[in-house]
Amino acid sequence: MELKIRNLRKDYGNFPALNGVNLDIRSGELIALLGPSGSGKTTLLRAIAGLESPDGGQIFFGDNDASRQSVQHRHVGFVFQHYALFRHMKVLDNIAFGMRHGQGPKQSEAVIRKRVLELLDLVQLNGLEGRYPAQLSGGQRQRVALARALAIEPKVLLLDEPFGALDAQVRKGLRRWLRQIHEETGHTTVFVTHDQEEAMELSDRVAVLHKGDLQQVGTPDEIYDSPATPFVYAFIGDSTSLPVTITNGAATFEGAPLSVGRVDPPDGPGRIHIRPQDVTLVAAGQGVVDGRIIGLRRSGPYRRADIAVGQHAHRIEALLPPELDVSIGDQFGLAFKRYAAFADDREPPKLGLAREKQAA
Amino acid sequence: MPADATLAAAPSLGTSAPIQLPSPIAESRGARIALIALAVAFLGFFLLLPLVAVFVEAFRKGVEAYFESFDDPDTLSAIWLTVVVAAIAVPLNVVFGLAASWAIAKFEFKGKSFLLSLIDLPFSVSPVVSGMCYVLLFGAQGVFGPWLAKHDLQIIFALPGLVLATIFVTFPFVARELIPLMQEQGTSEEEAALSLGAGGFRTFWSVTLPNVRWALLYGVLLCNARAMGEFGAVSVVSGHLRGLTNTIPLQVEILYNDYNFVAAFAVASVLAGLGLVTLAIKSGLEWRYGDQISSAHRH
Repeated sequence: MELKIRNLRKDYGNFPALNGVNLDIRSGELIALLGPSGSGKTTLLRAIAGLESPDGGQIFFGDNDASRQSVQHRHVGFVFQHYALFRHMKVLDNIAFGMRHGQGPKQSEAVIRKRVLELLDLVQLNGLEGRYPAQLSGGQRQRVALARALAIEPKVLLLDEPFGALDAQVRKGLRRWLRQIHEETGHTTVFVTHDQEEAMELSDRVAVLHKGDLQQVGTPDEIYDSPATPFVYAFIGDSTSLPVTITNGAATFEGAPLSVGRVDPPDGPGRIHIRPQDVTLVAAGQGVVDGRIIGLRRSGPYRRADIAVGQHAHRIEALLPPELDVSIGDQFGLAFKRYAAFADDREPPKLGLAREKQAA
Repeated sequence: MPADATLAAAPSLGTSAPIQLPSPIAESRGARIALIALAVAFLGFFLLLPLVAVFVEAFRKGVEAYFESFDDPDTLSAIWLTVVVAAIAVPLNVVFGLAASWAIAKFEFKGKSFLLSLIDLPFSVSPVVSGMCYVLLFGAQGVFGPWLAKHDLQIIFALPGLVLATIFVTFPFVARELIPLMQEQGTSEEEAALSLGAGGFRTFWSVTLPNVRWALLYGVLLCNARAMGEFGAVSVVSGHLRGLTNTIPLQVEILYNDYNFVAAFAVASVLAGLGLVTLAIKSGLEWRYGDQISSAHRH
């Protein structure tokens, strides 16, 4: 089922949760809605499900305008972050709920039971149909929740931070497994996450949201390699930036021309963003700018260096091979393998919140 | 290894007898005994003693006299009337309480906090005042008095008045049990049921209600105990017509004022027994289903 979202708006008081979002979701694709908390991603998902009534705009399921349809008639499979299993029902009754009490044709108990057991097989929980949710682990509960959503043969599968409440190990396993299920069943799937790694690894396409605006939609490669906005650049992966002045496609830093290629944004104040792995050290005077190492720390297989650049000691981060012999105080030139230039935002992207959430 | 080194050094300490260190957060032994004795004495004097006194007085003239007290037709009709009033008031308050707590816990609407304080009103208003309100509304000189008289309807000094007063006084019990639990459970199970295609009533019946069933039973129990034991509000609207509008508490008062102490305490022992049974079931529910009642209350 193909989904078309047209100019969707939702306000909470004066605060726009969705600021006129347009998004096309292709049939059979697995798409991630990615953004920090408060970006509107969950509101968008709930609006697609019909659990939230938008203040404007339309949602099409295929060619059918579903905007005014009730949640019961939209036929979506919704998986909640905290599972929302019916706690007083056994696993079997949880999964059978939609078939027994839903809008579909009435089926015999034998048919329902057979279907439930098939689904339990699909989610690899054979033999657990008699358990209560409280007797299952978090990962098992989320798989039951997925089976319950799949039981009604949904037109679209919607998952709200499906792995958010699980620990890192379980989360990684379930991620691979969700991808498998998606390939087996072929449902159009939309899932919400604030975890960029999860979004990048799992999905065909990623839609990045920020403050109710859709920033960019694209494949994980497009999002990572050619971010459309400074927010996407800063939110996806690590980056640091230098303030520059742009005149006729040339950038100057603290009065001196910066020897990077042509920069596109309109004239005026701007910023050059660079990812740590795109910074290399060359002899002083040979790079784009010169800098002095002010901090070094080990980070996984690499060493991270904080480099102070210019009179105001702007911090640029570089990812260095650990065998490189550098120490604090060394002067180097910095070469940028890749960079992105954007006009200065009046409101710079606020990243602290999103980063904190990821770390938690 | 460091662990071995510690073990090797340890025996010199291990040989000495274990020393009983006073717990750093506890009071001295004497203070503890004094405080516990004080608490026991207080509870015994104010709670246990009166309860025992009820039964002692009831059986003062023997078991026979105790049971003779229940041969009085006025007493029997009082017991029957109490059961009837509770049988009407409690189910109605279950319905009101469920509806109110469902609306408050699961939906957002204007005037929600006003509704919440309204539910608590019977807790803060004296029962006598609430009884007076009904007299002012439905009594012969009341607002609707002439209209009721014209249509030959009697509310005050009759069963409907008793039921109304009892409903008013016991209104908060069911709702107050359910609201915290329902709020804690949130709405995601209901949303899941809706997304699976279930209608509103089906969702309520199959998802919301089973999740609060023990808390509901708990609320019903408290509501019933209060409904049967209510004195003030019922006293105002009853008119004390012997054998007609007296409930158990009113009958106890009348018997006592007649210096019929054995009968008064015998009838009172029925109420006290009801209280004890309620307490036992309540404790049983708390023990068995404490997690499904409500984390918010410990009363």
